[in-house]
Amino acid sequence: MEIIRGISVAPGVAVGEIVVLEAEDFRIPRRIVTVDQIDSELKTLEEAVAESIEEITNQTKFLSTTLGKDAANVFKWHIGVIKDRSLQKSIRDQIRKGRCSAAYATSTIMRNYQRRFMQMKDPLLVERMRDVQDIERRLLRHILGEAREDLAHLTKPAILVAHDLTPTQTAHLAETKVIGVALDAGAATSHTAILLRSWGKPGVIGLNDISNRVSGGDTLIIDGTNRLVIANPNEATLAEYREKEAAFVRFTGALDELRELPAVTRDDQRISLTCNIEFPQEAKVGRHKGGDGVGLYRTEFLYLRPEGAPSEDEQYAAYREAIEGSEGKQVTIRTFDLGADKYTQQRRYEQERNPMLGLRSIRYSLQNLDMFKIQLRAVLRASAHGPTRVMFPLINSLMEFRQAKMTIHDAMEDLEEEGIDIDRDIPIGMMLETPAAAIQVKDFCREVGFISIGTNDLVQYLLAVDRGNEQVSQLYTPSHPAVLRALRDVIRMCTQAKVDVSLCGEMAGAPLYTMLLVGLGLRSFSMAPANIPEIKKLIRQVTVPQAQRVARKALSFETDRQVTNYLRNETRKMLPEDPI
Amino acid sequence: MSDASSSVSCEIAVPNAQGMHARPVMRFVDVASTFSASVNVTNLSGRNERVDGKSAMEMMLLEAVQGSVLRIEANGDDAKPAIEALSSLVESGFSDGLSANTGDP
Repeated sequence: MEIIRGISVAPGVAVGEIVVLEAEDFRIPRRIVTVDQIDSELKTLEEAVAESIEEITNQTKFLSTTLGKDAANVFKWHIGVIKDRSLQKSIRDQIRKGRCSAAYATSTIMRNYQRRFMQMKDPLLVERMRDVQDIERRLLRHILGEAREDLAHLTKPAILVAHDLTPTQTAHLAETKVIGVALDAGAATSHTAILLRSWGKPGVIGLNDISNRVSGGDTLIIDGTNRLVIANPNEATLAEYREKEAAFVRFTGALDELRELPAVTRDDQRISLTCNIEFPQEAKVGRHKGGDGVGLYRTEFLYLRPEGAPSEDEQYAAYREAIEGSEGKQVTIRTFDLGADKYTQQRRYEQERNPMLGLRSIRYSLQNLDMFKIQLRAVLRASAHGPTRVMFPLINSLMEFRQAKMTIHDAMEDLEEEGIDIDRDIPIGMMLETPAAAIQVKDFCREVGFISIGTNDLVQYLLAVDRGNEQVSQLYTPSHPAVLRALRDVIRMCTQAKVDVSLCGEMAGAPLYTMLLVGLGLRSFSMAPANIPEIKKLIRQVTVPQAQRVARKALSFETDRQVTNYLRNETRKMLPEDPI
Repeated sequence: MSDASSSVSCEIAVPNAQGMHARPVMRFVDVASTFSASVNVTNLSGRNERVDGKSAMEMMLLEAVQGSVLRIEANGDDAKPAIEALSSLVESGFSDGLSANTGDP
């Protein structure tokens, strides 16, 4: 029995058998082929090579216009390697002489090369090992096609263990039989963590080397509530956790009963609880959880796919699906928040010295106006299908907001000339997520349609803490007195100016901060769909004066620890049986 | 058929700061592949392994950094023009003719 501690992404308990993704995703069994099968294996290889070249060429086309030269050069080398005749010949020889499948031969040869790069002195060349790995995976994907064994083919509930998951992989978990996740990598606010939370199953990340310490078929307990996992538990522990697991399932079931009840305080103050979504299908999930529409649609996830930039029609279809899935409730679409930690598949090779302060979010969109305009056209077209708002991420100056707004108006004119239906009065707002915007909030209030406070970035910029850096992420906390005071001022200023203000960071979905935020005057929260029932339960137990007392007291402290301890005590009084 | 198939070689140092990384390797492979002669390259300052100059993978394995001396050999009808083209390519720091200075900052 081994207990390993990490960071919780979602509370709750899951017990099950392990599947290790890294190892099993591309486990290629050695299969001896008969002499007359050799030709068909050679043909499979030839087709996979052609398909890979076509795929990567398409990706590079997009890449060279929007992204850096270095990234494009690396992909040109990828193409060069796939076309490499010596390499193809050695794979063909391996198939013939080894009498093995195209997949096995490719894997063997490519792994040989990976080992050779690993032994090199130049760190840049060692990095090429990852490229070779990438090329191997690409070829294997085409060789194996539909036959690839992946998580979608799990036949019984399992616990997923992996080094890390891409947002794309994470998004597909909901369609599998995975009941819990344990990862080596990760910080509490990484996008993988956010997606895991929205999915709502128990998960612990930041476990360093769990994927090496356990193997497929072992039993693993995930205790998201206590931020730990237990590998190969003894019988007493296992029995104890089976009971906890059953209680957790009962508890989540009870919260679901709140679905039809409104989010009002005991003294009848209506609070709007909306969802943060990444995928249009989640709008429906949010309605099922009892949400009031979508407060933050993170559209950049449309980019996180191997085919690259989505077309106007593809985007329109996605936005329309989210709007229609919200059944008449409002959907707030945030334009692409690309850059920083949200690399598209193609951007992985481009390195900025300081990406969090670099070309990201609205800055990226304003430097890529063609792409930006396509998105705005799609948003405007979708706005004809239900109440829609649009907002820009990381607005830091009035000039940025004005320029973005002008781009929308250009797109509106074009669409009207084309005779296409749009909502001409679509509210246009901003995300407030930099200290500069918080300080200048009064000026913004005169020009924006609404403000959505993005606390994930606001906290990281206010505290100068990289929330994705495992070494300092413990310093990242919304409880810091400076954060509380900034929020107080922003909410107060918006309320005075009668500008609609909401909060869509992780903080909105944490019960710890609910009373504080209501007390500060916030009436609109946006969070992962999975968090809605619990926040609603808490809101229905408090009164506004009570929340105001909590906020006043919290604002009187000088350290984040005092704030957290105080809020935890107050929250426990309201939700004695919940994991806080 | 070429009974007069010739073998030509040269030795030349890699001048550019970043050595043989993705772009230089592809420039070399692209130029080498335009000739029918076989092209082989040895990094005399490295492991002395002789690799196929038309192979993107093997050329990367040369581990050629700035100052590494390469022996380039060509065998075949157009061996002489091949060596001329390849040696001037290396000499120019793998310039693609568009920008003279390709060194990374």
